Amino acid sequence: MTDIATTRSLVIEREMPHPPEKIWRALTQGPLIAEWLMTNDFQPIVGHRFTFRATPVQNWNGIIDSEVLLVEPHTRLSYGWTSMGLETVVTWTLTPTAGGTLLRMEQSGFPSEEGANYKGAKYGWTSFIGKLEHVVGGLQ
Amino acid sequence: MPAVTNNVFKALSDPTRRAIFEHLSRDGEQTVHALTHRAGVSQPAVSKHLTVLKRAKLVGHRREGRETHYNAQPQALAPLVDWMSQYGAFWRERFDQLENLLQRMDK
Repeated sequence: MTDIATTRSLVIEREMPHPPEKIWRALTQGPLIAEWLMTNDFQPIVGHRFTFRATPVQNWNGIIDSEVLLVEPHTRLSYGWTSMGLETVVTWTLTPTAGGTLLRMEQSGFPSEEGANYKGAKYGWTSFIGKLEHVVGGLQ
Repeated sequence: MPAVTNNVFKALSDPTRRAIFEHLSRDGEQTVHALTHRAGVSQPAVSKHLTVLKRAKLVGHRREGRETHYNAQPQALAPLVDWMSQYGAFWRERFDQLENLLQRMDK
């Protein structure tokens, strides 16, 4: 499932006029994370399983199941990001710059169209489609 | 949500249709007869399910003599798996909120 040819990544980078230590706090302290991302029971401990919760919207139930994968203080943080059967990984990288910090977010593991077709043909859609029922339940 | 996506969701919300679609995805094209054998429901019921799947463009068909062969069109699922553009907007908004929080943390 980690075949590079069948997955894609989303990368967002932004330079922020704040030191890495401060951004790290915002990324790793539960109540602070809740202020900008989602309510959570995050702990900066590798292997810790937790949940992000947002208000459900059309097409999305607002629940993210996660597990902490990597914690390198002030430098790198990685956790799983599984929602409605789609398993991705979110990795934060903090690089000090003259004016503050370059913050990079990479979300990897998105199925490419080729990958989706490949998996659809090869494995069936049980996991992904099974979750659709919950979504459909919320549709008019 | 676009009408096609809505049709895809609705088509796949039924377990029998989901089973038919998965069966076609896994084993390649089939006739109604073969699908009926597997589905455990009547042939008219299978035909009805196939109509819904065709409307959602999840299933295509090919005539050969008297027989119609049905096949899965998994690319119709693309609108559902195009999470990247949705997450792009999601994360940009969260970055804004993070910057906002960092500014408040200064005080």
